[in-house]
Amino acid sequence: MKSFILETVSKVVLFVILIFSFYLLLRGHNAPGGGFIAGLMTSATFILLYLALGPGARKQILPLNFRAFIPVGLLISALTGLVPLAGGKPFLTSAFGYADLPVFGEIEWATAMLFDFGVYLVVVGVTMSIISVLGEE
Amino acid sequence: MTVMNNLLILPVVLPLLGAIAIFLTRGRIQLHRAIAIVTVLTMLLFSIILLGYVKEGAIPVFSAGDWEIPYGIVFAADIFSALMLTVASIVATAVLLFSFKTMDEAREKYGYYAFFLLVMMGVNGSFLTGDIFNLYVFFEIMLICSYILLSLGSGKEQLRESFKFMVINMLSSTLFLVGVAFLYGVTGTLNLADLAVKVQAAQGEGFITVIAVLFLVVFGTKAAIFPLYFWLPDSYRVPHPAVSALFGGLLTKVGVYVLYRIFTLVFITDPGYTHTLLLVVAAATMVLGIIGAVFQMDMRKLLSYHIISQIGYMIMGLGIFTSSSLAAGVLFIIHNILVKGALFLVAGTVKHLTGTENLKELGGLLQVYPWLGIIFFFAGISLAGAPPFSGFFAKYSLMLAGLESGRYVIVAVSLGVSILTLFSMMKIFQYAFWGAAQDWYEQKSYGHLVAPAAVLVVLSVAMGLGAQWMYELSAAAGSQLLDPSIYIKAVLGA
Repeated sequence: MKSFILETVSKVVLFVILIFSFYLLLRGHNAPGGGFIAGLMTSATFILLYLALGPGARKQILPLNFRAFIPVGLLISALTGLVPLAGGKPFLTSAFGYADLPVFGEIEWATAMLFDFGVYLVVVGVTMSIISVLGEE
Repeated sequence: MTVMNNLLILPVVLPLLGAIAIFLTRGRIQLHRAIAIVTVLTMLLFSIILLGYVKEGAIPVFSAGDWEIPYGIVFAADIFSALMLTVASIVATAVLLFSFKTMDEAREKYGYYAFFLLVMMGVNGSFLTGDIFNLYVFFEIMLICSYILLSLGSGKEQLRESFKFMVINMLSSTLFLVGVAFLYGVTGTLNLADLAVKVQAAQGEGFITVIAVLFLVVFGTKAAIFPLYFWLPDSYRVPHPAVSALFGGLLTKVGVYVLYRIFTLVFITDPGYTHTLLLVVAAATMVLGIIGAVFQMDMRKLLSYHIISQIGYMIMGLGIFTSSSLAAGVLFIIHNILVKGALFLVAGTVKHLTGTENLKELGGLLQVYPWLGIIFFFAGISLAGAPPFSGFFAKYSLMLAGLESGRYVIVAVSLGVSILTLFSMMKIFQYAFWGAAQDWYEQKSYGHLVAPAAVLVVLSVAMGLGAQWMYELSAAAGSQLLDPSIYIKAVLGA
C-alpha cells in the first residue's frame, strides 16, 4: 500500500537520518555513538525507503548486495585489529592524531574509526539481509 | 616475550579470517575446504608452540587495545589453556578431515566450513580470555554458530532438537549475564584476576556463594551436569555425524573448562560448601549418565549419555580440589576430548556406511569393516579405563587423588560407574560389531573414513604410553590452577 504522505516525508527525512547516522559513526570512538548504532540507523533509513516506495524502488535506488557487506566489514575490522601486531603492539591498539582540514578545521582521527566502519558495514549488511529475506520471500 | 603475548590473539583471529575468506568466496567448495584445513592446521601449530612456551610456567598476557589492566580486555594463557587449545585443534582437524569425506554438498554450500571455523573461534576465545564478560561474548559466538551447525540440513527432528538446544542455551546465557551483573555490582570489575582479588577481600560474605552457585547452574547447563543435562542426549544425536563429533568431543568441555577456571580462581572463598556441592553433583552426574547410557539402543544416543557420565569424572577432579585431583581432572578432560571424538567419528562412519545407528539393526560389522571394529574397541576400552590407554592413567590418577584426600564415597561411585562404562561399550561392540554380518551390508572402501578416528586413538595410546610426560604436564597445570596467585600475578603484575 502506498501512502503519499509517507512518501513525501520520507524523501526529506531520509537524508537527515542518514547524515545523523554518519555523524554518530564518526564520533563513536570517544563519544556516545559508534558503528553499531550508526549501522542500525542507516538500515532504518533504507527500511523507510523500502516501506515508502516498495522493494522494487529500493533495488533501483540502491542496487547493492547487502549480503556482501558482512564479510567485507568483518575483514576491515579484523585487519584494523591486526595491523598493530606488526608494530609490536597488542591487538586492536588504536593510533590517533590530529589533522587540519581546509573546511572543517582541526579534527581528531583514530584508527578505531576504521574498526567502527567495519562494524557499521556488518550491521547494515545483517539488518538489510534479514529484512530482505523476511520481506521479499 | 612480548611477541608471544601479542600473538595470543591468533587462535581467535585465524578462524575469523578463515571464515571471512570463505564468506567472500561463496560457492567454491574446494577452496573452502583448503581454507578450513589450512586454518585449523595453523591453529594446531600455534597451540603446540604456545604449549612449549608456557610449559615452564610463563603466562603470556596481553590487553586488547593496549588498555591498562584490569580495565582492558585481557587474554592470558596458562598451561591448562594451552593444553585445551592444543587438544581442541587436534579434534577439530580430525573432524574436519572426516567432514571432507562425508559432508553433503548442500551443507557445504550453506557455509558449513565457515561456521565450523567460527565455532572454533568461540572455543579458542573461551580458553584464552581473562575477562568474564568477554567470556560471555565468546560463549555466544560459539553457541550461535553451533545452533547453525546443529540445524544445518533442516530435518524435522533436527529442527525440533535445535530449538530445544537454543532455548535452553539462551536461558542459561541470560542467567550468565545476570551472574556477571551481580558480580560486577559486588566487586566493580570483570577481569578474572582482579575479580579473584576482590572476591578474596569479600571473604565470608554470603552473596559470593550465591553468585558462585548461579555460575554453577549456568556452566552446569552448558557442560551438562546433573540435574541440567536433559537437553544433551537428543540434541547431540540429530545433526550430521561430523557435527556430533565436534560437539560431543569439544563443546561441553568448554563449559567444564570454565567451571575449572572460575572455581579455582574466583570462587574459592567457601570451598567447604561450593566444592562439596560440586562433588555431590559429580557423583549424581556420573551415575545417572551411565544409567541412561546402559539402556540406549541408538549408538550416538548411548555415546551422548556417556558424555554426561564422563563430565561427572571431570567435575569430581574439581570437587576434590587438591593439586593432584586438578591435575587428574585436566588429564581426564584431554583424554576424554580425544577418545570421545574418536567414538563419535566411528559412530558417524557406521551411520555413513550402513545408514543406521540402531544397535538392533546392526551386527557383524567386524567381518565387513574390520578396522572400524578394531578402532572402536580400542577407543571403547580407553574410555572405560584399561591400560595402556590414556583412560587408565586419567582414571587411576583421579582415584588416587580421591583416596589421598579421603573422599572414599565418590571414589567408590566412580569405580562402579567404570564397570558400567565398560559394560555399555561392550554392548555396542556386541550388538554392532560382533556376530554374523547382516546380508545387506555393502563392501565399500572405508579407510579414508576411519583414518581421523584412528589418529585420535593413536594419540590416546601415545598419551597412555607417554603417561609420565603427560602427567607431569597436567600436574604442572594442576598446581598452577590450585595457586590462583600465579595467575593473578601474571595478569595484574603485582
